[in-house]
Amino acid sequence: MTHVNAELAKSFGLNAEEWGKVLEIMGRTPSLTELGIFSVMWSEHCSYKSSRVWLKELPTKAPWVIHGPGENAGVIDIGEGLAAIFKMESHNHPSFIEPYQGAATGVGGILRDVFTMGARPVANLNALRFGDPKLPVTKRVVDGVVRGIGGYGNCVGVPTVGGEVNFHPAYNGNPLVNAMTVGIAKQDKIFLSAAAGVGNPVVYVGSKTGRDGIHGATMASTEFDAASEDKRPTVQVGDPFTEKLLIEACLELMQTDAIVAIQDMGAAGLTSSSVEMAGKGGVGIELTLDDVPQRETGMTAYEMMLSESQERMLLVLKPERSEMARAIIEKWDLDYAVIGHITDTGRIVVKHKGMVEADIPLAPLSDAAPLYRRPIAETPKPAPLGAVDLSAPLDEALLKLIASPDLCSRRWIFDQYDSTVGGQTVKRPAQADAAIVKLEDTKRALAVTADCTPRYCVADAEQGGAQAVAEAWRNITATGALPLAVTDNMNFGNPEKPEIMGQFASAIKGMAAACKALDFPVVSGNVSLYNETEGRPILPTPAIGAVGVLEDAAQAAGYGLTSGLELVLVGATKGELGRSLYLREILGREDGAPPVVDLAAERKNGDFVRAQILAGKVAASHDVSDGGVLVAVAEMALAGEAGAELTAQGDAAFWFGEDQARYVLAVTNTAALLEAAREAGIPAERIGHTVATEKLTLPNGIAISLTQLREAHEGFFPQWFA
Amino acid sequence: MKAAILLFPGINRERDMVLAVRQSFGVEPQIVWHKETELPAGTDLVILPGGFSFGDYLRCGAMAAQSPIMRAVKAHAERGGYVLGVCNGFQILTETGLLPGALLRNAGLRFLSMDTMLRVERNDTVFTNKWEKGAVFRAPMAHGDGNYTADEATLDRLEGENLVAFRYADINRNGSARSIAGIFAPNLRVLGLMPHPENLVDPLMGGTDGKPLFDALAAA
Repeated sequence: MTHVNAELAKSFGLNAEEWGKVLEIMGRTPSLTELGIFSVMWSEHCSYKSSRVWLKELPTKAPWVIHGPGENAGVIDIGEGLAAIFKMESHNHPSFIEPYQGAATGVGGILRDVFTMGARPVANLNALRFGDPKLPVTKRVVDGVVRGIGGYGNCVGVPTVGGEVNFHPAYNGNPLVNAMTVGIAKQDKIFLSAAAGVGNPVVYVGSKTGRDGIHGATMASTEFDAASEDKRPTVQVGDPFTEKLLIEACLELMQTDAIVAIQDMGAAGLTSSSVEMAGKGGVGIELTLDDVPQRETGMTAYEMMLSESQERMLLVLKPERSEMARAIIEKWDLDYAVIGHITDTGRIVVKHKGMVEADIPLAPLSDAAPLYRRPIAETPKPAPLGAVDLSAPLDEALLKLIASPDLCSRRWIFDQYDSTVGGQTVKRPAQADAAIVKLEDTKRALAVTADCTPRYCVADAEQGGAQAVAEAWRNITATGALPLAVTDNMNFGNPEKPEIMGQFASAIKGMAAACKALDFPVVSGNVSLYNETEGRPILPTPAIGAVGVLEDAAQAAGYGLTSGLELVLVGATKGELGRSLYLREILGREDGAPPVVDLAAERKNGDFVRAQILAGKVAASHDVSDGGVLVAVAEMALAGEAGAELTAQGDAAFWFGEDQARYVLAVTNTAALLEAAREAGIPAERIGHTVATEKLTLPNGIAISLTQLREAHEGFFPQWFA
Repeated sequence: MKAAILLFPGINRERDMVLAVRQSFGVEPQIVWHKETELPAGTDLVILPGGFSFGDYLRCGAMAAQSPIMRAVKAHAERGGYVLGVCNGFQILTETGLLPGALLRNAGLRFLSMDTMLRVERNDTVFTNKWEKGAVFRAPMAHGDGNYTADEATLDRLEGENLVAFRYADINRNGSARSIAGIFAPNLRVLGLMPHPENLVDPLMGGTDGKPLFDALAAA
């Protein structure tokens, strides 16, 4: 029999003060199961104890927001009585320990957060950061993560339509796997998690419970060290086939009126789902674990409450509908078990083999959860960028940049993801700045993207946070869609270090300012802290997932060029090279300040571009981001059927600077566009035109064939994995 | 032409197929759950769509081939009824024995999701008569196990009897024997293929290259 004391509590991740609170709430020494429940509910992963004070700064409201943070996922109005339900969530720690299963179950978990609210998932995206590609371990992690995302997403039949990938040595021991799901529901058929109705049955649906993933939430709340490999048993194993059955069974059940409340069993499994459902509903809950479907024999109450076995849901049903519900669940060959009922005690009572294994008052479990305003130390502003050698020939610099790991084609990755299942994918990866997914039986479409530039964030987290939001907004705008809302996935190091908390607070500040200026509220999110290995933190990575809407999917703009068009650069160019890829890849430098994010200019320029697209004046549109204007034009040529000739004169800072709030538009009537821009007070200039020949001609007269450009751009991943 | 689309657990392209059939046929196809033992009365065409029936956990299509509805599908085929199997549906047809050969893991051992080009090997069938013979069209593929294989004698017979429906016309990415992407049964009334014509039937989604298949069936 394990002796429950302060030492054991510490090994479960509770510090002395937190252990004191547990004793105070319980008025006695807790049982092992009770300690387990406290420790996971108060883990950083579940309680947001270090981040909550800062997350409150983010704007979360707008007339189109139906449910903001606090539910399983955010919900927004997308017109015609429909809602988009979406969220991004990290699975970083498991993905380093066991890349395939870590990434796969990350996809599974975020899917459940979305369909538990009544939405059919229609799009998956992911934001991935890996270590130095020269290291063999990076290759192994990339391979496993990509296979895991594909293995799960392809099987459940949700198209993986977008994402982003960066490499940096700061992620060597700590890759980031952030998965995002977007689903669609009818606004009058949205399901919430607050339990109600004393006596109502609590029903367990899905896979059986095993010993996998016990204390996964706690693992996600500590740093890595050399012993992390030993934590492999805490990584869960995914079963996408069962997930697919669970999606269909839940959506079928949701067509009836049987469900009072529903929540998936994610991190901290049965514990967090039952505690949160009862807590939100202001009721009590009693569970009889003998009735939990079990995969292994001899499981204890502690193990069942803490298991993170995948593909499980907890439901509160209307008693008179429970047999009908059973028939639907069992039609899909899933386990259905009544494992408890709702009470009016305000307590969670867990019984097993005739014994009360846990009896905890719910209000203090959540209300007294630790909340820390941890000390912060601001990162000093970076020194201004000194003189930069701009002498590299444009053609050589371009070819090198578009071949680099951070800018090269992601085809090798997205070719392993089913992006067309569902039959609604209007713009697939590498066709537009955001993926476009039509809403079945309507003309409407969603535009979805995921963005962050960590190399900016590490230099200036406030500018970087603002930039991540602005780039997501710009990517949606560049398709013609109206950006509506974001989900954030805050990936940072150890919050107990003031400089890390300083990064976090600054990033939030920048994000909040951008979200406000762009009418782009945060409706859901996730925080992943302790992303450090042996004391070395990752780059601060506030990944932003975003959703916009197009009233007519046929108006969606891609970035592929056709011949007979002129190229116009919209937005001001100063030639910002601080923290640019040009600086890093061509000159081997990572210094200076990141580009300034002028939110007023973002708003103005973006609204102008969107209006031009929707007025039918734009044949192709691409935002200017990593690598600057020349890389943007090269990507447009490679995505289309035409070459281009650039005529504007400028130095490397002009062509490779990463100034924000800019777009390259391909248009037929340049004069009209320039005139409209002038009237709106927006800088715009003609920079070249498209040509029928398969060449990109640079302003210095050197022509690069699209074949050569393509070989450079497409080479990295296939050669790495050859 | 009255169509029934079979739904096995784990199938995930049934809605895509409904959209393609609805568009060309002008009527809604019926969805039939795999535990049914009879096809809807008057079914002319049975469609087995793509996905991961039973998770592909034993062997792609092997468990679905044992589902109750497949007895009725076999009887339908023996009566000369039309059957179309796409991707996992093709795999189920080979596992059922309605088509010869098998689909192995892709040669590169990775899932392949991209557009491929298919060449129409004959156009005198109810499935392909809206294409010219030798026409090349685009079709998305999305599979981990599309590597068509059969013994040499079977491959020779398929070619000798002109039962190859489609071949990969650009790159044979999955390593299929003789670049075979789809085959007919000897009566030309059963067709199985790996790529997804149903995902290219709308200009909004990038083209209508796959539409002739459904238009041809609608006109039959």
